[in-house]
Amino acid sequence: MILADLLWIIVAMPFAIFLVLAFFGNKLSTNLTAIIAVSGTGTSALLTILLGWSFLSAPPEDYSLSSQLWEWMNTGGLVTSVSLRLDTLSLVFIFVITFIGFLILVYSTEFMKNEDGYARFFAYMNLFIGSMLILVLADNLLLLYLGWEGVGLCSYLLIGFWYKDPVNGYAARKAFIMTRIGDTALIIGLFLLFTEFGTLNIADILSAAPEKWASGDPTARLAAFLLLGGAVGKSAQLPLQTWLPDAMAGPSPVSALIHAATMVTAGVYLIARTHTIFELAPIAQCAVAIIGATTLLVAGFSALTQSDIKRVLAYSTMSQIGYMFLALGVGAWSAAVFHFMIHAFFKALLFLGAGAIIMVLHHEHNMFKMGGLYKKLPVIFWTFLIASASLAALPLISAGFYSKDLILWETFASTAGGTQLWFLGYVGAFITALYTARMVFVTFFGPTGIEPTQRPGLLITLPLVVLALFSFAGGFIELPHTLGHVQVFSGFIHHTLPHLEIGDVAESSELILQIITGLTSLIAVGAAYVLYVRRRIWTDSIKKSKLVTQLHSFWKAGWGFDTAYENILVRPVVYLSRINKNDVVDLIPLGLSKAMLYFNNVLVYSQNGKLRWYMAVITLGAILTLTISILL
Amino acid sequence: MVDVPLTHGIALAVVLFLVGLVGLLTRKNILFMLMSVEIMLNAAGLTFIIGSTRWGQADGQVMFIFILSMAAAEVAVGLALILQFYKKFNTLDVDAASKLKG
Amino acid sequence: MNVVFYIAAAIAVFSAVMVITRYNAVHALVYLVVSLLSVAVIFYLLGAPFAAVLEVIIYAGAILVLFIFVIMMLHVGEKSVNQEKQWLKLSMWIGPGLLVCILLVEILYLISIQSIDDGAGKVVDAKQVGLALYGPYMIAVELAAILLLAGIVGAYYLGKEKTQVLHRFLKQQENG
Repeated sequence: MILADLLWIIVAMPFAIFLVLAFFGNKLSTNLTAIIAVSGTGTSALLTILLGWSFLSAPPEDYSLSSQLWEWMNTGGLVTSVSLRLDTLSLVFIFVITFIGFLILVYSTEFMKNEDGYARFFAYMNLFIGSMLILVLADNLLLLYLGWEGVGLCSYLLIGFWYKDPVNGYAARKAFIMTRIGDTALIIGLFLLFTEFGTLNIADILSAAPEKWASGDPTARLAAFLLLGGAVGKSAQLPLQTWLPDAMAGPSPVSALIHAATMVTAGVYLIARTHTIFELAPIAQCAVAIIGATTLLVAGFSALTQSDIKRVLAYSTMSQIGYMFLALGVGAWSAAVFHFMIHAFFKALLFLGAGAIIMVLHHEHNMFKMGGLYKKLPVIFWTFLIASASLAALPLISAGFYSKDLILWETFASTAGGTQLWFLGYVGAFITALYTARMVFVTFFGPTGIEPTQRPGLLITLPLVVLALFSFAGGFIELPHTLGHVQVFSGFIHHTLPHLEIGDVAESSELILQIITGLTSLIAVGAAYVLYVRRRIWTDSIKKSKLVTQLHSFWKAGWGFDTAYENILVRPVVYLSRINKNDVVDLIPLGLSKAMLYFNNVLVYSQNGKLRWYMAVITLGAILTLTISILL
Repeated sequence: MVDVPLTHGIALAVVLFLVGLVGLLTRKNILFMLMSVEIMLNAAGLTFIIGSTRWGQADGQVMFIFILSMAAAEVAVGLALILQFYKKFNTLDVDAASKLKG
Repeated sequence: MNVVFYIAAAIAVFSAVMVITRYNAVHALVYLVVSLLSVAVIFYLLGAPFAAVLEVIIYAGAILVLFIFVIMMLHVGEKSVNQEKQWLKLSMWIGPGLLVCILLVEILYLISIQSIDDGAGKVVDAKQVGLALYGPYMIAVELAAILLLAGIVGAYYLGKEKTQVLHRFLKQQENG
C-alpha cells in the first residue's frame, strides 16, 4: 500500500464523524456518541503516528508525500485541485492536531457529560479537527483558505456553544468578525499571488517567487503584508487580538483545542509555509518580529492582572504565540515550530486542568476564591504544575525551557534579530514566569477557598497525565549546543524550512544567555512565591497605591484596545446604520416602483372602455405611421 | 370597359373608406357603427377589383368574393350580438358597454 | 364612357355620406343600398361583371336585408330618432373629421407620388373567376364555407331567446 493513499483517510475521518453526529446525533445514546466521536480522531491519530514512523524510518524522496484527490475547479486560468501534501512541517502539525485532539475529545466525554447538546458539541469538534487538517495538509492556497474559513466557523459555533446566554453569542460574534478582518486581507493576498504567478499551488509559488522577485520587491512586500494580516487575525496578535480573552466564554475543551493548540497557530503555520515570500520581503519579516515582540509584552502584562483563571491562560496564549511570531520574524523557522509543538502540549494541559478545577468547584472562575487545592486535587495539581513549569520555562526540567530558550538565543544570534528584540523577549520571559507562578500559587496554595465536591474521573485525569508527560519530556529531542547538541527536531524540520542565518556573535554568548534566562525564571517564581504565599500583606498594600491601581485596571482591560475599538469603529458604524434605518439605497427600487405606479395611473385614462375612443386611437396610429413613411 | 386612370379608382376607394371611418368614429348607435363598417369593407373590395383590372387576372375578384362571404358571416353574428346587447342594456348606445375600462 | 364612372363614383360617395348622417336607421340603410348599387356599377365599368352581380345579390340583397329585419325586430321608433338628434351635435364631427382629413391628405399624397400604369384593360368574366376559385384558391373556398358555417351556428345560438332561470329564493321573493 502506498502511504500517500492513507492521507485522505486522516482528513476524511473527522468529517465523516461530523456527518454521522450531525444527522443522527440526537438519536444515539450518550455513550455511543462519545465512542463514535472519539474513535474518528483516534483513527486519524493512529494513522498519523504510522505515517510519521514510516517518514522517519524510510523517508520518501524529498521528504514529502502528495496525493491528489480530485480536480476542484478549472476555470479562467485557475486550476485548483483538492490535493494533500505531507512534508515534515505538516507532519508535525497533524501530529499535534490529531493527538492532542484525541486526548481532548476523551476528556470532553466526561467533561460535557451533563450538558444538552452533547452530540452537537462533538460534531462541531470533529468538524473543527477536519478543517484544521485540511488547512495544514493543503497543497494549494485555496484549499488552505477553505480550511481557514472552516476553523473560523467552528470557532464561532463552539465559543457560542451555550447559546442560551447572549453573552456567549456576543463573544462568538466578536471572534468571528475580528478574524474575518484578517481573512479579508488573506484573500486579497491570494488574489495578488494568483495574479502574479497564475497558480495557487504552494510549491509552485515558492519555487517561482525567488526568480520573479528580487529581495525587497514591493509586490513581494505587499503580498507578505497581506498574508501577515490574515495570520494576525487568526493568531490573535496585535492589533486583532481582542477576541481571544472573550473567547473563553466557550467550554474549556474548546479553549484547549482551538484557542491554545490549533486554530490560533494557523497564523504561524501560514507564515512558516510561505516563508519564501517573507524572506523576499525583509521589511515584512521585520514587521512579523515586531508584532510578535510587542504582543508578547502587552499580553504578558495583561495576564499579570487577571483574576479569572481562563483569562490568564488566554493572555498567556497570546503571549506565547508572540514568541512564535518573533521567531518567525528573525528567521528561526524551526525554533518557532518547535515552540509551537511544546506550547500545544502544555497549554492544552493547562486549559484542561483549569477546566477540571472549574468543574469541581461549581463553575467558579475567579482564582482568588480558590486556594489550598494541592492536597485535595493531587492529580490535577501535579499535572498543572508540570505544565506551568513548562510555561515559565524552568531551567532544564521542563520542555518549555528548551523551546523558549532556543527562540531567545536565535533572536539574539540571527542576522535579522538583535539585542533589542532579545531584550523584549527576555522581559517577556520574566513576566511569563511571574504570572504563571502567581496563577499556581493563588489557585493551589494558601487558605482553602471553595471546597471541591467531587473528584474528576479517569477519563479526565488520563489525558492530563499523558499531556504532562509530553510537557516534561518533549523538549529532550532538541537540546542546544551547550547541553548536548541534540538536533532531532530541527534536523527533521530543515527538510522543509530553511536554516537560520547566524550573525556575528560569539559562541560563548549562548551559554551566558541561557544562564541569565534560567536564573530569571527562578527569580520570578521566587518573587511570586513571596508575594502571593508568604507576604500577602505586601501585595495588598502595593495594590492600594494609586499608580498601581490605575496601571492594574489599564492592564486588566487589555491595554484599552477594546474601548478604543468600541469608540473608533463600533459606535460610528452603529450610529450611521441607525440613521440609515430606512435605507437610502432602497429609495432607488422603491422610487422606481412608485414612478411606475404613477405612470400607470396616468395612462389608465386611455383605457376608458369606449369603442369609439379605441377606433380614434387606431386612426391616430395610422396617421403617425404614414407620416413617418412620408418623411423617411 | 372604361380607361379611367387607376389612381382615380384608388382615390375613390380611399374616400369611401374614410367616410366609413368618420361614421365609425362619430356615431354612438351600434347599428350605425356596423353600417359604417360595411361601407369600409366595401371600399376594400373595390380596391381589390381595381387590382384585378390592372393585372387582368381573376385573383382580385376571388379576393372580393372572400371579403363578401366574410362580411356576411360577420353581419350575421354581429347582429345577433346586437340583439343580446339590446336585451341586456336596453339601449343601443355603445358607450353603455365600457366595463373593460381601467 | 368615362363620365359614367365619375357619376357613379359621385353617387357612391354622396350616399355614403348620407348613410352616416341620418337620424333614422331605415333611411340610412336605404342610402347604403344606393351606395352599394353604384359601386356595383363601377365594378361593371372596370371589367368585373361577376363581381358586380355578386355585389348586388349578396351584399345589397342579402346582407342589408338582414340589417333591415333586425332593425325592425328591435322596435326602435320615434324615441330613437330623438336620441340620435341629441347624440349627433355638430361638435361631435369636429374631432373625427379632423383626423380623417389628415389621413385623407396623406394617403392621397402617397398615391399621387406613385405611378400606376393602367395595365391590361380587359374584362375578367365569370368563367375566369370560376377557374381561379376552383383551381389555386380551392382551399380558401373550403375555409370560407367553414367560416359561414361558424357564422350560422353563432348567429343561431346568440340570437336565441334565453329563458332566465331564477333561483327558488328569488322566485319566492318575486311572488311574495
